[in-house]
Amino acid sequence: MKKLLMHRAAKPVLFTVCLLPFAWLLYAAAADQLGANPAEALIRSLGDWTLRFLCAVLAVTPLRVLTGTPALARFRRMLGLFVAFYALAHLLSYAAFDMGFDAGDIAKDIAKRPFILVGSFAGLLLALMAATSFSRAIKALGAVRWRWLHRSVYAVAGLAILHFYWMRAGKHNFAEVAVYGAILAALLGWRVWEALRKRQVARAPRRHVRAPIRGNTTKNIATSA
Amino acid sequence: MSIFHRNDGFVHPVPSEITPQRVYEERRLLLRGLATGAAGATLAAWAGRSARAAAEHPGKLAALPGMASKVPGAVTMEKATSYEDATSYNNFYEFGTDKSDPARNASTLKIDPWSVSVEGLVKKPGKFSLDELLKLSAQEDRIYRLRCVEGWSMVIPWVGYSLAELIKRVEPLGGAKYVEFVTLADKVTMPGVNSRVLDWPYAEGLRLDEAMHPLTLLTFGMYGEVLPKQNGAPVRIVVPWKYGFKSAKSIVKIRFTDKEPATAWNKAAAQEYGFYSNVNPEVDHPRWSQATERRIGEGGLFAKRRKTLMFNGYEAQVGQLYAGMDLKKNF
Repeated sequence: MKKLLMHRAAKPVLFTVCLLPFAWLLYAAAADQLGANPAEALIRSLGDWTLRFLCAVLAVTPLRVLTGTPALARFRRMLGLFVAFYALAHLLSYAAFDMGFDAGDIAKDIAKRPFILVGSFAGLLLALMAATSFSRAIKALGAVRWRWLHRSVYAVAGLAILHFYWMRAGKHNFAEVAVYGAILAALLGWRVWEALRKRQVARAPRRHVRAPIRGNTTKNIATSA
Repeated sequence: MSIFHRNDGFVHPVPSEITPQRVYEERRLLLRGLATGAAGATLAAWAGRSARAAAEHPGKLAALPGMASKVPGAVTMEKATSYEDATSYNNFYEFGTDKSDPARNASTLKIDPWSVSVEGLVKKPGKFSLDELLKLSAQEDRIYRLRCVEGWSMVIPWVGYSLAELIKRVEPLGGAKYVEFVTLADKVTMPGVNSRVLDWPYAEGLRLDEAMHPLTLLTFGMYGEVLPKQNGAPVRIVVPWKYGFKSAKSIVKIRFTDKEPATAWNKAAAQEYGFYSNVNPEVDHPRWSQATERRIGEGGLFAKRRKTLMFNGYEAQVGQLYAGMDLKKNF
């Protein structure tokens, strides 16, 4: 398994697989295979794929830790970029095919349908993350700031579900929202649980270390942390 | 004076001079018919063609011919939506919430035998078999615009007769002010009924004068054939000036009442789906605009949305039903 993940072709293969849904939609749009309402089908499919890639990228770390497969981390950035790619394609196809790129219409539509604003905000965060995804951006921003920025993917998960829920609320149609909501909640929940566990683990040995050597605490804490 | 005009090379025929594709294809058919010696039969068929038979006959289900309607507004001249689109893009939540679900799942619906019971404040209540209903009045061709509350529209050639014919037959009592339509809700054949999206059975309603309006259609067919199951077979209501969800499908009960009946979408979200739900570009749904609509099958991906018309373009026929009413309040 590890060999497979570390293989030279692993990344190109994943890249191609990630592009398949987009390629299919492009073909279907050109060949009039999108059904009776092609604009709606295209916009919604791109939204669905954004959610799916969001679930995939947020599953990388839990899977890596739970299965003890550090090699999985190699694919995180690419999957994250695909989330941004599908989100922007979703946003652009809405602006183009639903609104005809009419800024006035878009402004009016957003006022009427706040879930579009929620989605656009999530898209903006994804664009910021995509724009700072290369290694030199980490240096330029500083690791701490960069990590904070990229933790906004958790906010994106919340906004994306809110966006989807709100969109479906009009017709009381929550079955799919519940599925994606449950997956994202599990993936984020695992992180919370993991953080709490780590904090406990971190606290436990510190007490253990501190107890026997009284009087020389500051130095010891510094080294154990 | 020069015989050459500066517009030479740019002179286009006016639209009325262009032979419609359907017509020139028929000419070819005629020529082919002549060539094979079937001239007599072909000529007869060709002569029998009437302008109102503009809609395609898909040849999928039993034919249900209708005669020309004399009701004002009954036949729009707009291009009919393709049969394929009209039967594959449906809202019929009893068979699932996705637009493609009804076409996929509705084959389980049992439409034979079928009957509609007429109840409530009428002198002659009773149970009508589908056969009795089919024969109760002459079937007519009606080509209506259909505007969905979600912001898309179609043009559908229906076959049926004015609901008023049935209403007159059962003789409503003086106290009858409203008509309720109840859809079949069968957990076995309708998978969507097991979901809690709506309070089943699906019920819709009209004021009695709306139900009596000649445009309100008791519908048995479309595109010259009986209704496909995903479109509400074997009998449904079509109210062309209201959002599509007002037109209940696969109805099993018609009840006359003195009180406004509770309707399915109104029960689900009263502030979003009013009892009247007349198509109105000026009264937005609380969460989206109703000013424009996407005509299904028109121009594909790059088509502009069209402006939605007051009462879906039937204002001349139905406007007086709502004279003096605040349509913002009674949405």
